[in-house]
Amino acid sequence: MATRPAKQGFSHKKIERNVTLLGALALLTVTIGGIVEIAPLFWIDNTVEKVEGMRPYTPLELAGRNIYMREGCYTCHSQMIRPFRDEVERYGHYSLAAESMYDHPFQWGSKRTGPDLARVGGRYSDEWHKAHLIDPRSVVPESIMPPYAFLAERDLQTGDMANDLTALYRVGVPYTKADIAKANDDIRAQADPDAGAGDLQKRYPKAQVRDFDGDPARVTEMDALIAYLQMLGTLVDVDKAAPQERAGETEAAR
Amino acid sequence: MDTLVAKAGGWLGLALLALVMAAVAVDAPFAVHMIIVALAALLMLWTTVSRADYEAIARGILKMPADQGVYDDDPVRWGVVATLFWGIAGMAAGLFIALQLAFPALNLNLEYTTFGRLRPLHTSAVIFAFGGNALIATSFYVVQRTCRARLAFPTLARFVFWGYQLFIVLAATGYLMGVTEAREYAEPEWYVDLWLTIVWVAYLVVFTGTIVKRREPHIYVANWFYLSFIVTIAMLHIVNNLSVPASIFGSKSYAAFAGVQDALTQWWYGHNAVGFFLTAGFLAMMYYFVPKQAERPVYSYRLSIIHFWSLIFLYIWAGPHHLHYTALPDWAQTLGMVFSVILWMPSWGGMINGLMTLNGAWDKIRTDPIIRMMVMALTFYGMSTFEGPMMSIKWVNSMSHYTDWTIGHVHSGALGWNGMITFAAVYYLVPRLWGRERLYSLRMVNWHFWLATVGIVFYAASMWVAGIMQGLMWREYGDDGYLVYSFVESVAAMHPMYLIRAAGGAMYLAGFLIMVFNVWATLSGKVRAEKPMTETPYNAAADRPLAPVPAE
Repeated sequence: MATRPAKQGFSHKKIERNVTLLGALALLTVTIGGIVEIAPLFWIDNTVEKVEGMRPYTPLELAGRNIYMREGCYTCHSQMIRPFRDEVERYGHYSLAAESMYDHPFQWGSKRTGPDLARVGGRYSDEWHKAHLIDPRSVVPESIMPPYAFLAERDLQTGDMANDLTALYRVGVPYTKADIAKANDDIRAQADPDAGAGDLQKRYPKAQVRDFDGDPARVTEMDALIAYLQMLGTLVDVDKAAPQERAGETEAAR
Repeated sequence: MDTLVAKAGGWLGLALLALVMAAVAVDAPFAVHMIIVALAALLMLWTTVSRADYEAIARGILKMPADQGVYDDDPVRWGVVATLFWGIAGMAAGLFIALQLAFPALNLNLEYTTFGRLRPLHTSAVIFAFGGNALIATSFYVVQRTCRARLAFPTLARFVFWGYQLFIVLAATGYLMGVTEAREYAEPEWYVDLWLTIVWVAYLVVFTGTIVKRREPHIYVANWFYLSFIVTIAMLHIVNNLSVPASIFGSKSYAAFAGVQDALTQWWYGHNAVGFFLTAGFLAMMYYFVPKQAERPVYSYRLSIIHFWSLIFLYIWAGPHHLHYTALPDWAQTLGMVFSVILWMPSWGGMINGLMTLNGAWDKIRTDPIIRMMVMALTFYGMSTFEGPMMSIKWVNSMSHYTDWTIGHVHSGALGWNGMITFAAVYYLVPRLWGRERLYSLRMVNWHFWLATVGIVFYAASMWVAGIMQGLMWREYGDDGYLVYSFVESVAAMHPMYLIRAAGGAMYLAGFLIMVFNVWATLSGKVRAEKPMTETPYNAAADRPLAPVPAE
């Protein structure tokens, strides 16, 4: 560089002597990749192909999901089945983008110290889940999962769930006014069959209404977590969903 | 006097506000956090009104020299001590959770000590507390020296240090209580995120302010890396943590994005927490401390320009390789893979620039254990920046993803690169910052070096075996056409690997504890009487002409 006079053309010296220029150019350089990769996901339609059956979480499932996050389950369990023969056979149909469209945040995970849970719903009984969460090694001797006995002992205290549903509504989850108004009642309605489910299952199709933890007198954190686990992957009839490659074809047929 | 009253009033007001927030909190962890904030404010109130000179007391405890009026080094000294303190916490937490995976009884039947809550504690403690304090401390040291100027805004610099410690305490206690946004390395909840944003902007102001008042015409290359690290982390932190709180008096919030979009935003953040926090910032350390310790100029100035711009441009694109074969659109996955592979080049450009700085000083690897650490750090940097692009190739990733190979990869980078270069920088800094003749013991540095190196080898090797074993067991089909292994059989097969990994981690921690002792003894002004690291033995008896011996 020394042989060339600085006047001719660009010299890096200018950038090295001006912190504003350096900072601005660095910021510009680091924004490009994110803009090109992330922004289109918000406006390319087939990023999330619409599938039938997706609905927002019921308040009880949502409370269970919050417990799932609180306990850091995502550090060992994924919720994203990849389209490989072994994964599909082991865990079920590969995960569709639409299946996490109401997940704020997503819980796809990055590590399988334990198995994938994207379609764990309905695979085990409530009793199995309860026994497993209280003492994993009582049902799976080789398991290294931590015990979560305290979930069964503790009443579910969510605060006012209407706040949570409102926050989710603000970020785009289509909860109705009725859903938000009945948020707290819906929790008891789903976990206590004697309370009467009301129109819960009309507003939340395929919602499972029962006492999940075998203790009908109380709604515990165990109720909420099992309700969440039992609904995972059960909403979408995956055999009906059109594969991505044929999406255009399906649209043309319409 | 008026300013004193105003200051004290401000702290009191803040404490009262935090107490009110604690009283109306909708959940217990939020109340606990507000009480911690109130206590911090009351502590500040006490130090403001009390006549005792707390800075002098702190100086006495940490045996810090008084300000010489040259450079403003107190925040750097605190940062060095905080780096060591959080290092012990983070590495001990790591060893503990590694043992939990081998012996699940160590979850202790308590909700606060389950793996799920301690794992974010470990990752945040080592990345943000240990690594973050090292970055803040070294950046304040380097920017002053290379700009020939004292820190701009000294009070704000102290706010950055203490504000960052408060962020760490809030984040860590939050994890134990289950307060988390459940997105890796971005776990702190919305109010802790807001606090970090304030601290980070202050950090940017102090750092650029010091560059603005520099007495050198050029901005040294280390400062480019520090600056891009600070600016990019601000961008990533703000975008990735966009969320709506359920209540402003509660800890719970919901992320702004969902599903696919949230996944890519998170890994755009997550991968560049690696790219800018753990790479650009630590490369800045390399660009200052390696030439200093080797007493040689940086190998190639031109390479450092190419290295800088290509590295920061390319890193941002690599995020999607964390989402191969997921529901993320294929074009984004492929783009991420391609850029990850290209990223190998600037990474190795940086490594070469660092290693070749030792041109003409390679003998120091034999004589100087600090140089030895730097070379090992750069070697591990080169190794993990080769391994990363390899794992980002979809074909490899189809097997390596979700396995312990990823954990091994992360640790060869974190323990080998970030840990080693930080140790080297701290060993360089401590005698200079405390005005000591030399470190208490160079032989202990050597012990530290070997314990750490062998520990990493145990760690990485066991995780390679574990990861490849998991990947192969999960996809193994028998002649009958059925999957051969149940999932739990792969869990049981990991037990010996998890034991070896824990042993490696224990060695690494043991080396670190030796360092802490060595630094503490140096602070106390002790010098260990020991044989020097290098000696060419002199034998006076042999130093003479060969005497003729009569034949027999």
